[in-house]
Amino acid sequence: MSEEEHSTNDQWPLWEVFTQKKRGAPHQHAGSVHAPDPEMALQNARDVYARRSEAVNIWVVPSSEITASNPSDKESFFDPADDKIYRHPQFYEVPRAAKKRTSSGS
Amino acid sequence: MKTKDALFEFLLRLADDRLVLGHRTSEWCGHGPILEEDIALANLALDHIGQANNLLEYAAEVENEGRDADDLAYFRNTREFRNIKMVELPIGDFGFTIVRELLFSAFNLHYLDRLKQTSDKQLAGLASKAYSETQYHLRHSKQWTLRLGDGTDESHRRIQSSLNELWPYTGELFDEDEIEEHLVFELNIPNKEPVRSGWNQTINEVLEEAGLERPADDQYMQSGGRTGFHTEHLGSMLAEMQQLPRAYPDAEW
Repeated sequence: MSEEEHSTNDQWPLWEVFTQKKRGAPHQHAGSVHAPDPEMALQNARDVYARRSEAVNIWVVPSSEITASNPSDKESFFDPADDKIYRHPQFYEVPRAAKKRTSSGS
Repeated sequence: MKTKDALFEFLLRLADDRLVLGHRTSEWCGHGPILEEDIALANLALDHIGQANNLLEYAAEVENEGRDADDLAYFRNTREFRNIKMVELPIGDFGFTIVRELLFSAFNLHYLDRLKQTSDKQLAGLASKAYSETQYHLRHSKQWTLRLGDGTDESHRRIQSSLNELWPYTGELFDEDEIEEHLVFELNIPNKEPVRSGWNQTINEVLEEAGLERPADDQYMQSGGRTGFHTEHLGSMLAEMQQLPRAYPDAEW
């Protein structure tokens, strides 16, 4: 934490917590905790988000290390995808022969 | 001595250590230094009370006199409690709470690990479940001891003074009497000597890493809790803990 930040904020740094519900499943954002260092962040995350055995694995990431898209960029970032339906696989007709083979389960 | 009577007494010792420490730790609820730690302390308290509950249920079953776990928790008086004195001391500051948890969980790490080998299957099961919780309790208290011991001048001074204050109460962890000797023989519960060397090693490692000084072992060590002679603090704690079921014996919650 820089001196400048410290003077305006006496909280410990913020960490984002990602929990994995079972092995092989993706880690999902669970929330955030304050902690002075990675080990304590992990410990706090365990106590706040996994105390009722909701997780088998936890990641903690300093919130300041996350780069997020800006909500005001929503249109330029995400809208173009909506009118380009050819970007979705459902746009394409499956040739009859291929369909047959799939449905017969071979 | 009948094994049944010795086992009942022994279960009360294990249970009361946890019930009293659990209640003390629960006093932090809403007063933790930060939100996350408040939740962590409440988790610790619940672990202790949960272990006490299981042990008291089993104790009631062994006694077989029609009492249940609640009767044992709420309707015994100070002189009938069998916990060591260390766990009944007031919570003090955060450092004091942490050092106590460290000393107690380091003992349990080594004690419960061996108690898993007892020939009493039900007790072995309880020990095994409590063991994994204890591993986390030790981790939690160790991490905080390192940070407070190696933190600021003030945190170092305060946690060292808590350690000095608690040290005379550690001797009672290792006291043995004819009840436990009987059960060592009959049910293969652990001897305290190997537990002491394990505890020494764990505690020395943590204290060294935290830059804390281990207090002298040749000082006067407190005892008496196991036979019901407690500090002045247990009575007032029990008064609060037992008030509701004693005032309203049929209350349900």
